[in-house]
Amino acid sequence: MGTYEFRLPDIGEGVVEGEIVTWHVKVGDTVREDDPLLEVMTDKASVEIPSPVDGTITSSTGAPGDIIPVGQVCIVFDVEGDGNTTASSPTSEAPAEPPKPTPKPTPAPTPTPTPSPVVSTPTQVSPSTGASGKPLASPAVRQRARQAGIDLRNVAGSGPAGRITHADIDAQIAGGGVPAPVVQPSPTVPRGVKRTSTEEVPVIGLRRKIAENMAESKRRIPHFSYFEEIDVTELEALRQHLNATKADDQPKLTYLPFIMLALSKIMPDHPECNAHYDDEANMVTRHGAVHLGIATQTDRGLYVPVVKHVEAMDVWTAAAEMQRVSGAARAGSAALDDLSGSTFTITSLGRDGGLGATPIINRPEVSILGVHKANERPLVYNGRIEIRRVMNVSSSFDHRVVDGADGAALIQHLKRMLEHPATIFM
Amino acid sequence: MATNRTCQVLVVGAGPGGYVAAIRAAQLGLDTIIVEGDRAGGTCLIRGCIPSKAIIHAAERFEALSQHSQDAGHMGIHASSPELDMKALISWKDSIVQRLNQGVEGLLKAAGADLIHGWATFVDAKTCKVETTDGTIRIEAENVILATGSSPIELPFMPFDEDRICSSTGALDLDKLPEKVAIVGGGYIGLELGCALTRLGSEVTVIEGLDSILAIFDKELRRPLEIWLKKHGVKVHTGCMAQGADVSEDGVTLRWKDAKDSDQSIDVDKVLVTVGRHPNTKNWGLEEMGIKMDDSGRFIAIDDTCRTNMSGVYAIGDVTGDPMLAHRASAQGEMVAEIIAGHNRNWDKVAIPAIVFTEPEVVSVGLTPSEAEEAGETIITGKFPLAANGRALTLEAEKTNGFVRVVARESDHVILGIQAVGSHVAELSGEFILALEMGAVLEDIASTVHAHPTMTESFHEGVLKTLGHAIHIS
Repeated sequence: MGTYEFRLPDIGEGVVEGEIVTWHVKVGDTVREDDPLLEVMTDKASVEIPSPVDGTITSSTGAPGDIIPVGQVCIVFDVEGDGNTTASSPTSEAPAEPPKPTPKPTPAPTPTPTPSPVVSTPTQVSPSTGASGKPLASPAVRQRARQAGIDLRNVAGSGPAGRITHADIDAQIAGGGVPAPVVQPSPTVPRGVKRTSTEEVPVIGLRRKIAENMAESKRRIPHFSYFEEIDVTELEALRQHLNATKADDQPKLTYLPFIMLALSKIMPDHPECNAHYDDEANMVTRHGAVHLGIATQTDRGLYVPVVKHVEAMDVWTAAAEMQRVSGAARAGSAALDDLSGSTFTITSLGRDGGLGATPIINRPEVSILGVHKANERPLVYNGRIEIRRVMNVSSSFDHRVVDGADGAALIQHLKRMLEHPATIFM
Repeated sequence: MATNRTCQVLVVGAGPGGYVAAIRAAQLGLDTIIVEGDRAGGTCLIRGCIPSKAIIHAAERFEALSQHSQDAGHMGIHASSPELDMKALISWKDSIVQRLNQGVEGLLKAAGADLIHGWATFVDAKTCKVETTDGTIRIEAENVILATGSSPIELPFMPFDEDRICSSTGALDLDKLPEKVAIVGGGYIGLELGCALTRLGSEVTVIEGLDSILAIFDKELRRPLEIWLKKHGVKVHTGCMAQGADVSEDGVTLRWKDAKDSDQSIDVDKVLVTVGRHPNTKNWGLEEMGIKMDDSGRFIAIDDTCRTNMSGVYAIGDVTGDPMLAHRASAQGEMVAEIIAGHNRNWDKVAIPAIVFTEPEVVSVGLTPSEAEEAGETIITGKFPLAANGRALTLEAEKTNGFVRVVARESDHVILGIQAVGSHVAELSGEFILALEMGAVLEDIASTVHAHPTMTESFHEGVLKTLGHAIHIS
């Protein structure tokens, strides 16, 4: 029997520490290789850490909410064979070093068909690369991924040396959807009985991050909100037509890709709205690129995955890329890069869209757009009351750097584009 | 004759980049015009790859026959001393070029691309005028693909006359075999021609400015070629700078400074200058197009989709920089045509194979051991000599001391590069590059049955050697 020390692995570029969200195991448990050990939260992504070995847990460090640095020993296993602590490895000198993937003392290394622990995690991958420094995959797989809008850097390869196969792409596409939420039936309580129970829910992990960001945004930014209704009857006709005639491999279009495209088109006329405000340096950075954050509800809370360079996309690409990043956020497989860098955020409540809202700005951005449910309403149209399809939008702006007239101008411009959808494509 | 035309795709230059782009664009239903000032085929087909390989093959046969005649009936074959009719050799070479040239023009026509013979000059980024034998045609295009290629670099103090002082173009159209040849520039073009001329019977001297010939390859890879040159009496002077050439009635004297800065000279029949190629960026209106050049200022700057800074204008092949290889240009051309047709493509190649058709031939794909180490990789390598390959022995391919060398990452055995040197090894390159593009690990190749008796077994064995268990070498 030997002892195997498991150090918190390097889970993403530039990540130096992580917050423990949940333990899936406890001292005394016997685990098998790849069983989930714990969930760790870094910046925005949460990562499931799988076991690198078969063994019995003899000790563990840290409770949910604790922050541990990358490289710190967080679990000690009793394992068959020598383990990894008898070897004269630089244990305390190099805390930042990720764990050695295989403790096998074989003289000639044979690549194990199972990828190393970090690579095999379903949530965060650092794919194996070939001579070009790009992810290891055949030309056909690379082309297929490009068509499907999949960034191979985010795909865990199941082939030898982590090579990405067609099956891995299939799994990525299949996994992009949302798992149906499980509705817990509320326990039936006989009428007339007083409920006295309470439940304490620690605000940790992503929830704590969300709480901090929201409070900070509301504390610092004087929001002003602006509402408008948009006649999307024509846009709806176009959307229905495109969906009816699209190719099988093209994504189904919602309103969002059109709104994204319209925004990217008009942003050059409203540079003050597509900006970051560093209120400590008193500097507004206006962005040429339109990187749209898409506020996405997940089982774990609110994520804002980002569709980069919408200004260079067509409607299909925008739709596919939005599906990819929001799917990845929901599946928990979004890379850090997919969760940062937005210059403007869109929040859409979909079916539960309501009439209006006062969205909170995603700092350091200065504007946010809320999109509400489109439905048929009576409208005065060309001097008659007609049934038209109407969608409400809500927006908030940072009043320190965006004047009321400028914010309103952006929304009015957007309204003109969406009401005359051909102009989006001109 | 229409004098004003419009099209969706205008390709300028019908070399291996341009003609492939035009055929693919036409296949995709795009209205395509391709303009070429010479015959279709480009440097590769008309005055490069193909004609040089024809002459190299003839030289190999000539040398073999000489060997049978001199070497007391080598292999039991007795032959009388062969004689070379250079003019007949050149016209045989020309017949191959002509067949391929007609083939390319036929393919363009069959695909529906319109080939215009004439010289294109751009007046703005999307408009050019073509001077043809039937007058001037003005073409306005939605998309432009620049595939103008490259030309041999001329030394200002010894300009080409293609008689005594030749570029590679002149060297492929000799009317008689020169007794003595001096080659300025020991890169792959000079050495390929130098080997062929040596085998045909010329006395060859190579003047190279750097410390070694074929400096793009490492020492281990160069060594078999250097031995061959020495054994065949080719004099190689490295660290030497050519100073000039004096043409006289019955020859030419090449002057150079050697590594110690002292003056040297040699009297020869021809001087061949192969000091590199420069992109064709002049005399066709590039300066009118507002196209950005790369940091060196020599080549057209492109991104990973071959787009230039000008929307709708693409550039492919030699005019966009190194490696100046036909197969790179063709792959770019195909990609650009598909991009224009709306496909989602970009340049994601793992590697571009490089082959030198000297004797012995040299192949390199991916990273060499030192390049891999510079890239921060911890590597394992294995080298398998052709002398341990049965098929190589029956072809006498082992006589040039060749080998196959494999470079792989130690941790996961991903193959990072493969090099080979030896007679006939060029034809092994297909499997090498496939291994790289497919992301093969050593075990993939080790587990693939390689046909016996073929030279491809040397790759298999090289991989086994890298894994530490080659069968036919201890």
